[in-house]
Amino acid sequence: MVQQARSATDIGVPDPEGIYREMLRLRHFEEKAYELFLDGHVNGTMHLGVGQEAVAAGAAATLRPDDCTLGTYRGHNHVIARGAALDASFGELFGREIGLCKGKGGSMHLTSVEHGHYGSYAIVGAHLPIACGTAWSAKLRGADSVTLCFFGDGTTNIGAFHEALNLAAVWKLPVVFICENNLYMEFTPIGEVTAVPRPAADRASAYGLKPIVIDGNDVEVVYAGIAEAVDRARRGEGPSLIEALTYRHKGHSRTDPARYRPEGELEDWMTRDPITRFVQRLQEAGWNASDLERIEREVIEEVGAAAERALASPPPPESELFTDVYCAGETSWRS
Amino acid sequence: MAQLMYRQAVAAAIAQEIERDPTVMLIGEDVGAGGGVFKATEGLFERFGPSRIWDTPISEQAIIGTAMGAAMTGIRPVAEIMFSDFLATCWDGIANEIAKMRYMTGGQVCMPLVIRCANGGGVHFGAQHSQAVENWAMAVPGLKVVAPSTPADVKGLLAAAIRDDDPVVFFEQKELYAQTGEVPEDEYVLPLGQANVLREGADLTLVALAGTVKTALETAERLAADVGQEAEVIDLRCLVPLDVQTVKISLAKTGRLVIVEENPRPLGWGAELTSILVEEAFDSLDAPIIRVTTEPIPLPSSPTLERLARPGVERTLEAIRRL
Repeated sequence: MVQQARSATDIGVPDPEGIYREMLRLRHFEEKAYELFLDGHVNGTMHLGVGQEAVAAGAAATLRPDDCTLGTYRGHNHVIARGAALDASFGELFGREIGLCKGKGGSMHLTSVEHGHYGSYAIVGAHLPIACGTAWSAKLRGADSVTLCFFGDGTTNIGAFHEALNLAAVWKLPVVFICENNLYMEFTPIGEVTAVPRPAADRASAYGLKPIVIDGNDVEVVYAGIAEAVDRARRGEGPSLIEALTYRHKGHSRTDPARYRPEGELEDWMTRDPITRFVQRLQEAGWNASDLERIEREVIEEVGAAAERALASPPPPESELFTDVYCAGETSWRS
Repeated sequence: MAQLMYRQAVAAAIAQEIERDPTVMLIGEDVGAGGGVFKATEGLFERFGPSRIWDTPISEQAIIGTAMGAAMTGIRPVAEIMFSDFLATCWDGIANEIAKMRYMTGGQVCMPLVIRCANGGGVHFGAQHSQAVENWAMAVPGLKVVAPSTPADVKGLLAAAIRDDDPVVFFEQKELYAQTGEVPEDEYVLPLGQANVLREGADLTLVALAGTVKTALETAERLAADVGQEAEVIDLRCLVPLDVQTVKISLAKTGRLVIVEENPRPLGWGAELTSILVEEAFDSLDAPIIRVTTEPIPLPSSPTLERLARPGVERTLEAIRRL
């Protein structure tokens, strides 16, 4: 475990209020999305990242606007942390015109290229090789931008994980692979189906990489650990693989009540909730409780207003059905 | 004009585009110093070096994913998947990611990449290195599908595929790699989605693609010599975009159509073409459309059996006799 030495007064992130606000935005976005799912506004399914906010918020804080990120179907946190608008993010969940992807992607494919977020991928592991590609591209173009690729613990048992890690290492690509180990691959404890105790870190040495495990529920640790890997990548020193230990408070997807979790586990992890912990740190550093509460109220208002705007947006026009298949605007596969 | 082998035309097209556009990269297994297992990229590494020609491990998912990530961010990768059979090992990347990304993101990205692969039988490699799978790619919305039949078309269509802003699966006919033909030496680009009428005739139409074009042309010559019938031969060149119009014009003239396709019969590209023509050109038909395809079996290695399984001149003549 990478532990940061820290004092009570120095918060180990560049903009503590910004990070706090960001984690709250992620949390309240998910809570609101859940509420609106129950009201029937969200299409298909939805995979919430409640409890995992520190990884997305801490990681995004290490990046420049020209850096690339790629995430998964549990990906609301990452695209929002990169700067995607909340109303457009809600709108995509609701299949509305205002949506990030014009309502064509849905919850599992939130993408905002404008903010450097090159997709949320719903086929486990598919995006690790793609992250190699965005990193390779930076290298080819002589840019010093870096790619961050988020994925879950279940991904470490799929072939694409291993192909991507090997290629990234061989080509020394500027990419940081971040495994959000939330202990469960879908409904199954990751330890029951993985040959090693640390699903990502214990594989690192196979690709000549350092095993790195961090506390993914401590945003200061996340920031420090990922910033180091990002700097390394930016200096041309190649890829890193980071395993961030975290926990999802909800089930795998909307239909999963997560009854397979042992009694007390959720409660135990709730005591390590990343936002609660950061609030404690801020208070130790002299932040005023009433200021922190005011920020949370502002965020709740911001999220609520964004959801309202998204709900007021019309569905995409029918004319959108055939657009965006091909680049030159062809609407048919026939010439 | 230069006399080039089909495989040399592949390298000629890539060289032409690498010289023209600094973002064009070649990536794949053994494509560099090795020159490619079919020698289709021979000389490129010596000429352009490791900054443009990238050898990879045997990691098809990594090749396809890397090409995709690069294509979304300003590079035009040409990715080689050695045998088209191996597309199955990275089909997620092709069918779920590359083909759908533009649509799923509401047009936020373009995917200017080419996936080249050696397709088809006739070289006795057995069931896992001989398949004609162009219909797999045709079945996925978002992909373009090209399959040239001559060295000149290889150069012109591969150049067009590289310049195209959409993902193109480019099927090279492995049986044809050593075939020679005239190829323009100057910059040469053909449009995608334009079929080529290779032989004119008023008695029937033969539609073919890639490796079956030669079969169709030979069949037409035999037919003319044996019974004095003149067949029109159309090389589709592309399955997506599909040039139905050229076929319709021919069919209006001849009234009879035989499709010669190498993919196995169920849901081969000829089935789609037939369906379209039955819907849209029924009045032109004087006889049922007949399809000559590879038999729906895993391809045997023995040349004797493989020849029986694939659509050859004799089977095509036999089909015409049934018209």
